[in-house]
Amino acid sequence: MNAMAILTERDRTAVRKEFEKLTGPVKLVVFSQELVAGDLCRQNEQLVREVATLSDKLTVEVLNPAIDRERAEPYRVDQVPAIAVEGARAYGIRFYGIPSGYEFSNLIDSIIVASTGEPALSEETKASLQALAEDVDIKVFSTPT
Amino acid sequence: MRLAQHMAVASERVRATAIEATEFPELSRAYQVMGVPKVVINDRVQFEGAVPEQDFLGAVLQAVAPA
Repeated sequence: MNAMAILTERDRTAVRKEFEKLTGPVKLVVFSQELVAGDLCRQNEQLVREVATLSDKLTVEVLNPAIDRERAEPYRVDQVPAIAVEGARAYGIRFYGIPSGYEFSNLIDSIIVASTGEPALSEETKASLQALAEDVDIKVFSTPT
Repeated sequence: MRLAQHMAVASERVRATAIEATEFPELSRAYQVMGVPKVVINDRVQFEGAVPEQDFLGAVLQAVAPA
C-alpha cells in the first residue's frame, strides 16, 4: 500500500473494471518540464503511472519538451503537464493539465477508445469526419468539478 | 465532453485537446473561457455547454467550411 498514491483503492477497482474493455495496446506519452511546472508535472506523471499499472496493455513514456526535442516535436504539445494518448495510430488526443474529476473519467474513456479504435459515434458522423479535407483542431476547456 | 476524443479516433484529420482551464489561466483568457465545457474548433467556431453529437459535428463542419 503506497500511502502517497493519488488513486484510491475504489478508483483503482473502478478503472480496472473499465479496462476490461481494452483490446489493443495504448501508449500514454507524458510531457513534463520540471522548470516550468515541477509540482504539477510530478503529480501528472505519478497519476499516469498509477493508471498504467491497472492494465498490462498500457505503457508510459515521459518526455521533456525542452530536452527530448526531436521526440516531442511531432506531438505539437505547447503546455505542460500534458498527456498524449496513442493506440494503433497517433490519434491526436491530448490532455493539458492533471486530469482529475471529470477529466479523469475523460482520460479513462479516451484510453478505451484509443485501445479499441471504435469511436462511439453514429455511422453518419464517422462518414462525415472521414471525408474531411482539412485538419480540425478541437480544444475543450473544462474544470475538475 | 468525450465526443472530441472519439472524433479524433474516427478521423486522422481530427485532433482533440482537453484543457484543464484552471491550470492554464492564460490560455483560458486567450480563448475567453467564461463557462465550461467550452469548445473551440480551429480557433474559428466556439460554443459553451454540452451539445448532442449532431450539433458538435455541425460545428466541426462549420469550422472547415469556406468563409
